[in-house]
Amino acid sequence: MSTNPSVFRFHGGLHLDGRKTESLTRPLQHASLPSELIIRVSQHIGEPNIAAVKVGDYVSRGQLLAESSELVSAPVHAPTSGTISAIEERPVAHPSGKSALCFILIPDGKDTRYEYDQGWCNTHDLQPSDLLRLIRAAGIVGLGGATFPTEAKLTRANQQKINTLIINGAECEPYITCDDILMQTHAAEVIRGVQLLQTILQPQQTLIGIEDNKPLAIKAMQQALQQSALPHTSIKSIPTLYPSGGEKQLIKLLTGHEVHSTQLSFEIGVFCQNVGTCFAITEAVDHCQPLTSRIVTVTGPGVKNPGNWVTRLGTPVSHLIELAGGYSVQQPKLVMGGPMMGLNLSSDQIPVVKATNTILVLDHLDQPTAQECVRCGQCAEVCPAQLLPQQLYWYSKTRQFELAEQYHLFDCIECGCCAAVCPSHIPLVQHYRFAKSEIWEQRRKTYNADRSRKRHEFREARLLKQKQQDEEKRRLKREALAAKAAEQQKAQAADSSATPTIDAVQAALDRVKARKKAQLVEPKNTSNLTPDQQRQIDEANSRRKNINQDKS
Amino acid sequence: MSSVSSPYISPSASVNRMMLNVIMALVPGTLAYIWYFGYGLIINLIVAISCALLFETSILLLRKRPLKPYLSDYSAIVTAWLFALCIPMHSPWWLIVTGIGFAMIAGKHLYGGLGFNPFNPAMVGYVVILISFPKDMTTWFLPMQVSSGSLSFIDSLYFTLGLLEPQQWDALTSATPLDQYKTGLGMNLMISEIRQSPVFGDFAGVGWEWIANWWFLGGVFLLYSKTIRWHIPFAVISGMLLISLIFYVVDPDSVASPGFHLFSGGMMLGAFFIATDPVTAATTTRGRLLYGFMIGALVIIIRRWGGYPDGVAFAVLLANMAVPLIDYYTQPRVFGVNPPEDH
Amino acid sequence: MLVLIAVLTLSFIAGSFGLILGYAAIRFRVEGNPIVDQVDAILPQTQCGQCGFAGCRPYAEAIANGEAPINQCPPGGDATIVALDDLLDVEVLSLNAEHGEHNEVPLVAFIDEMNCIGCTLCIQACPVDAILGSAKHMHTIIADECTGCELCLPPCPVDCIDMIPVKQTLADWKWSPPETLSGQTSS
Repeated sequence: MSTNPSVFRFHGGLHLDGRKTESLTRPLQHASLPSELIIRVSQHIGEPNIAAVKVGDYVSRGQLLAESSELVSAPVHAPTSGTISAIEERPVAHPSGKSALCFILIPDGKDTRYEYDQGWCNTHDLQPSDLLRLIRAAGIVGLGGATFPTEAKLTRANQQKINTLIINGAECEPYITCDDILMQTHAAEVIRGVQLLQTILQPQQTLIGIEDNKPLAIKAMQQALQQSALPHTSIKSIPTLYPSGGEKQLIKLLTGHEVHSTQLSFEIGVFCQNVGTCFAITEAVDHCQPLTSRIVTVTGPGVKNPGNWVTRLGTPVSHLIELAGGYSVQQPKLVMGGPMMGLNLSSDQIPVVKATNTILVLDHLDQPTAQECVRCGQCAEVCPAQLLPQQLYWYSKTRQFELAEQYHLFDCIECGCCAAVCPSHIPLVQHYRFAKSEIWEQRRKTYNADRSRKRHEFREARLLKQKQQDEEKRRLKREALAAKAAEQQKAQAADSSATPTIDAVQAALDRVKARKKAQLVEPKNTSNLTPDQQRQIDEANSRRKNINQDKS
Repeated sequence: MSSVSSPYISPSASVNRMMLNVIMALVPGTLAYIWYFGYGLIINLIVAISCALLFETSILLLRKRPLKPYLSDYSAIVTAWLFALCIPMHSPWWLIVTGIGFAMIAGKHLYGGLGFNPFNPAMVGYVVILISFPKDMTTWFLPMQVSSGSLSFIDSLYFTLGLLEPQQWDALTSATPLDQYKTGLGMNLMISEIRQSPVFGDFAGVGWEWIANWWFLGGVFLLYSKTIRWHIPFAVISGMLLISLIFYVVDPDSVASPGFHLFSGGMMLGAFFIATDPVTAATTTRGRLLYGFMIGALVIIIRRWGGYPDGVAFAVLLANMAVPLIDYYTQPRVFGVNPPEDH
Repeated sequence: MLVLIAVLTLSFIAGSFGLILGYAAIRFRVEGNPIVDQVDAILPQTQCGQCGFAGCRPYAEAIANGEAPINQCPPGGDATIVALDDLLDVEVLSLNAEHGEHNEVPLVAFIDEMNCIGCTLCIQACPVDAILGSAKHMHTIIADECTGCELCLPPCPVDCIDMIPVKQTLADWKWSPPETLSGQTSS
């Protein structure tokens, strides 16, 4: 099984300076436990988790911390043993810099593992449904950065026939080497994860795409593949071009098919998964270990000793930077992810989450002033989605969002190629992200407005119906009364000696009057009060007064 | 709270770099021009560039914009340089000032400045003064190698400043080679007869043909430095060659040869420097090919049947007008929308 | 003679086009006024009455009939005015301050349950039935359905309803527009 280069290409893309050698000079290390772990309660795309432990609980490594019963969710587990000292809002990795709910875990240093029951994992003859249950229970999400719950993705994909399983080992962004080193050191586990995925999906072929700037990883994976002898599985080396690791671009490179603009990949029978996720699946199934750690690359010109660390989830970034020798610049700029698509971190107290593949420490960047667009067209030449970024820019800038949507704004994968080549230094990706969030907000507002309109119309209809029913009742009563009166008159005419109706009415009126008088009797309990009763009355009065005073 | 988004790398390209490359590419041709036609061009350049910067500064102050970022993108210098190359080598100062004024104000800043103008500013300025001052715009001089004399630097300077009256210039001035073609064909002369005139050199006009070569080399430098893409120059030249070839094959005596057209007038300069102005050209790849082809074809048509000897400026402006339509109809296929395998 | 032919020809053309138009007016008649639906689709459906009309639909009808200007909707703010201007091609006006201020931060009502007496007066006032409760039982606002119209505040006899800002979550967060060379953001 040799590597055969892929023959398909995608439009655009950039040849970027790899900057990968710095973090590969050192072997893979295990990060030590920090003094405090900050574990975000929800670390996936989908419905938020609900905490399953309380403050003060003692937890072991791998114990369930939070989960959700919704379909698209993934539970979170304790990365080590220790005590939950708090569940509170802490700053997390998000472009807004806002906080989210996190468990604060103080490790006790013993790192005791949680003992799962027999049958939770490591059983023989695993059926696909068992595997899916296990993948969900282990909290596995897409570790390429998207963090979509893997079990939900597999379940949905399984409803369709999958003929190609693609394993993404491309890692196309500069600086990032975590997948590279994972493949070099744990190729066998990755291949085993591929095998487990094949058990679930039963694809006709499996393609493992690795960029050709990772010769050692390719060799290690080839050896592991040969030993495992998986059928219809091959490793394909793809040319080093950013963003060949993007799911749609990788599918085009390996199969020649384009996923339709409105489709998801499994609708054309392709399922794509990152090598890190495959490794996590093996850990869960073969070693009963839920997702509690991942490899993180710490690199960049701002740290002294770049490298890769197996890190427990919840480790603050500052701890990793310490392990990497500390800062080497005065004003570091922290980025979670690569330089093209990464997230700006506002402080180094932000914790590592499932999505963290890299901590990139750059020197403080002076944002160049953006000039006007000169219509050079370079952006359109490098766009892997074959869009017209200049058009999207003009429409986003002038807030003509419907036109931006017409020019396929939502097909933009936000890879950053356009902004990287723009001679006017326009922050194009930020314009598109702004336009997208404005459009989403507009859609939300329209949805809410439609609901309000429906509720209002229903209310109007309800009130109208009520009014009509009341009128109907009154009309019927009037008719009944009129009918009764007519009857009585007829009876009277027939029997002249009967008591006149007037007298009967008068008698009824007298009865009512007498009853009312009886009710107007003085209440017996307002005089001769005991002191206790009087005190209770006074207290009640003063309470009432206080409430009224508070309100004013 | 605002946050700056990725990517977090500094692009190597910049507008300033692009404009500087264009200026560098213009230098060899400019030197050749001076070699053949004297110092007039230097004076024109100085006047044009200073006027352009002056006009741009005053407009920016009026619009309350910061000066440094706008002035330092060198686009005013490029506009002025191209303009100076289009006008006769000895031009009075008011001609230059008017032309540059129109170019910078009406051609560029009234639309919003760099990036917003639909028409090439240098061509706007040139066309305005071409139509307004026909006599001064047709007073072209012979190359020094052919004429009986030439103006010294001081004479040239005085003339530009309006201190020297044009006298005894009949010996120095002459119609350009393109002009001669036009009038000659109008008088029903044969091409071979027209070409007897001393202004014609090996394959086009004396001096002009070599300047055109230098423009070509400058263009190659621009392609190499990735300042321009190959689509527009290729399309302009192929459009021009194709149309003139058709007419040349049909009746060689009525139209000059394609080779002549390529090396005369503003064709080379237009193909590599004027039509490639990114702001006013089409933006899509296929659109650029169409745009360039249109310019090349229009130049030949205007040269043969139009009212002016050289049609580059008008062709460029006409193509600029068509750009929004060209862009709309040449949008590339988006990834994932109607992929070819679906058919 | 020629003049007569010209007159007859033109009259014939005019007459036939008139007949076609008349037929089309009857055959393709549109029931109702579609403009009203389009205007109603732009209005924010708060049903607050600040515009001076009894809800968004009556205001939409008034706009469509030209009886009311387009700048009387505070919850819609400038965005609604611009959208209405786009649709109707009338002059863009700034929000008429007499009808209220536009709130940048969306508000929802909140009942202080310590003080609620269960009188149902607020339930009767809510135009979108966003209050849950019945007589002598606790009332509560369904926050997802509340439009922030504030119509429930006046009727409450114990003044136990307050307007509080909607909590901004990570899911609602929006990117801000980048600054341009002229120093202004594209807003």
